[in-house]
Amino acid sequence: MEVGIVSYGAYVPRFRIAPQEIGRVWGTDGEAMGKGLMISSKSVPAPDEDVVTISIEAARSMMRRCDVSPKDIGALYVGSESHPYAVKPSGTIVAEAIEASPNMTIADIEFACKAGTAGIQMCMGLVGSGMVRYGVAIGADTSQGAPGDALEFSASAGGAAYLIGSENVIARINGTYSFTTDTPDFWRREGQPYPSHGGRFTGEPAYFKHVTSCSIGLMERMGTKPSDYTYAVFHQPNGKFPTRVAKQLGFNDKQIEYGLLTPQIGNTYSGAVPLGLAAILDNTVPGDRVFAIAYGSGAGCDGFDITVTENMAKYRRDAGPTVKQLMEKTKFIDYATYAKYRGKIRMKEGGE
Amino acid sequence: MTTARFWRDNATRYNLIATKCGNCGKVTFPPRNVCPVCHRKSMGKMEKIHLSGHGEVYSFSVVYDAPLAFEMQKPYVIAIIKMAEGVMLTAQIIDCECCEVAIGMKVKATLRKIGEEGPGGVIHYGYKFVPA
Amino acid sequence: MREVAIVGIGITKFGETWEMSFREIGIQAGLMAMQDAKLTAEDIDALYVGNMSAGRYIEQEHIAALIADYSGLARDHIPATRVEAAGASGGLAVRQAYMAVASGMHDIIVVGGAEKMTDVGDAASNAIQSSAADQQWESVFGATSPSLHAMIARRHMFQYGTTREQIAQVAVKNHRHGALNPNAQFQKEIDLKTVLRSGMVADPLGVFDCAPISDGAAAVILCPMDMARKYTDAPIRILASAQASDTLALHSRSDICTFEATKFAAMNAYRQAGIASKDVQIAEVHDDFTISEILAIEDLGFFEKGQGGKATEDGQTAIGGSIAINTSGGLKARGDPLGATGVAQIVELVQQLRGQAGKRQVGGAKYALAQNVGGTGATAVVHILGVQ
Repeated sequence: MEVGIVSYGAYVPRFRIAPQEIGRVWGTDGEAMGKGLMISSKSVPAPDEDVVTISIEAARSMMRRCDVSPKDIGALYVGSESHPYAVKPSGTIVAEAIEASPNMTIADIEFACKAGTAGIQMCMGLVGSGMVRYGVAIGADTSQGAPGDALEFSASAGGAAYLIGSENVIARINGTYSFTTDTPDFWRREGQPYPSHGGRFTGEPAYFKHVTSCSIGLMERMGTKPSDYTYAVFHQPNGKFPTRVAKQLGFNDKQIEYGLLTPQIGNTYSGAVPLGLAAILDNTVPGDRVFAIAYGSGAGCDGFDITVTENMAKYRRDAGPTVKQLMEKTKFIDYATYAKYRGKIRMKEGGE
Repeated sequence: MTTARFWRDNATRYNLIATKCGNCGKVTFPPRNVCPVCHRKSMGKMEKIHLSGHGEVYSFSVVYDAPLAFEMQKPYVIAIIKMAEGVMLTAQIIDCECCEVAIGMKVKATLRKIGEEGPGGVIHYGYKFVPA
Repeated sequence: MREVAIVGIGITKFGETWEMSFREIGIQAGLMAMQDAKLTAEDIDALYVGNMSAGRYIEQEHIAALIADYSGLARDHIPATRVEAAGASGGLAVRQAYMAVASGMHDIIVVGGAEKMTDVGDAASNAIQSSAADQQWESVFGATSPSLHAMIARRHMFQYGTTREQIAQVAVKNHRHGALNPNAQFQKEIDLKTVLRSGMVADPLGVFDCAPISDGAAAVILCPMDMARKYTDAPIRILASAQASDTLALHSRSDICTFEATKFAAMNAYRQAGIASKDVQIAEVHDDFTISEILAIEDLGFFEKGQGGKATEDGQTAIGGSIAINTSGGLKARGDPLGATGVAQIVELVQQLRGQAGKRQVGGAKYALAQNVGGTGATAVVHILGVQ
């Protein structure tokens, strides 16, 4: 059975902060930091936004673009590492908001930055086996870096939603492959507000080893080489890592251009590859082939080989905002406002 | 605990569900069991409908002296919005500067966090409006 | 129906009464009214208390029995009833008592109105006041009492060209009146600049557009007209008592610049009293916000819709103008202890009609009107009083 993407939707909050502004507060050279990470700004969620609202924005856009009845959705997964509740699913709220519930299965997923793509794989399995007609996989985050930490320059917010099915597929998933090991490069313990990371340990033994292994593994399985793909997107904790890994693997700048969003919006974690893939799909025509590799710390990669179908020609892309449109709607804020919006200012607690 | 009190209205707050009188066609929001125009004639004829989410600003204020639960957002815009279906409701207008809001401005609904029962409590979600 | 008279009045000084508890202020006003009517406890048949939210302000419900008890009436076992309609609680308590006397059910009734607002913080007090609005469909989205009134103000400015300055003149005028009232919370005149430059609460309304947080109590004694001479030489007749309601949420109305409840209550009151709006010389209206007074004087028929702002600016509503509005200083300057306000309005009108209003006395008034509002006009109570 052919399984693929039936529709998709994206969302990026409109607020931005520049590395120079973050550096100004902590006495670091923000300009140099930004250059080193290849990040000129990162998105910041409004105080009334969280993974649930971002997921709903993306999912509603996804539903507006197609004619699928929400009642035909049999599964919904929200992948994130910043679910607003430690216990209580984000997915139920999203499903209620798109009026898909109650005849369906829902779960929240966590696998650092690749929880969203893990959801896509789960939906592929359910659709492919005939257990559900459509499945929704969302990757979204409002990630936080500890104040003053290097992560603060990149941790941002955004997400994308994918409707996976076997009818009216706009992009067929030819194959998927994952590469997973136990590598503690980045983590957040229960109850801790900010994540911790292994510094340079996050590079070679973590990101590069897994992304490279997964990419090579996927191409071996599919019998392809980099030049067979029109576009490629890699997980992008900063602008530097995906650019370097793409080059090492033999992809050129043109192939990764559309999917590389971190330089403008920062690292959206679980939203990163889903958003990058959405930005690519915004620009594809039937026949285009896309290579996507998501990476999640801890650590693992999910790879996808995707071919855009004829259905893309009549797909109602305009019914929801494109990633480019979302990225153009921005308002830069200072660190004080950022601290206020991200809950870094200690407020008086409720009551009277 | 106000959890159940909020939960009961979630469907309406998430998706702007209104009622339309089967007798006179008047749209009411939030949903009502009885049409304020037709009274008894409307009983059992109140049909649930979805508001389109499009409307325009009927009046508004910028709140500077905010309740404790809204302190983080102040100053914020609260407005009475006249929906395309003719019915009016009260909601915040977001994603624009306070000074950009004007009577007659076209807006459309979105969904955001509208409050929470303290840092350990249930989070409430509901409609807010953005410039259309 | 029997004719009903007011034979006694009492009022505490409004303001922040840190030393006095809810029960103390309530009793103080009641005892003053009883003294005024030369009543003893044995004469009293019933007690009505107007109070909006003792449950949230002092965590005490069941306050009618409490007031009766601390007034020394526990052993008389009189019926004691609390009445609530947000800011209109006081006016409504007067109306309940009026109906009880008019019907023949009771002869002598003490009506009290009391609120102790300063036992909680400002934020809590604002939240409690805002609970008069629709909690599920207004307040939960961040609407506050000031912001709902601010939306009325903005719409009034939009529809009728009312200016910010005209709205602010309400506060200037009421502070001028309040300066003449020894029981007022604010007895200090202010100028237009002070109002316009005051800190923003809910744009376009600033601090000086809002009635303050106040403690206070007021009481009146009602009895049948034919018994009134036993207690006073100057009984004041209640010529009309009317009440109307409207949608709880402001957004459920087709026009927010008119309080239909005020219009309906006024229409019924004028009919009951057999007079027209032009016959009224003095009125206490519910200026919980400056814009509310502009709506009130229009909805009561004193001025054409849309002309309230201009009339205020022209001085027509001041003492000495064509109609004296809020001679007490109104809610703005006298203070607004929610449940007490409606009763305090009656106290002021009785003082005026008796000729006991001191420096703020309006000469030769025959008819006086009180308009008391709950929330954003979901309840309105109108009373018309006349000299015997």
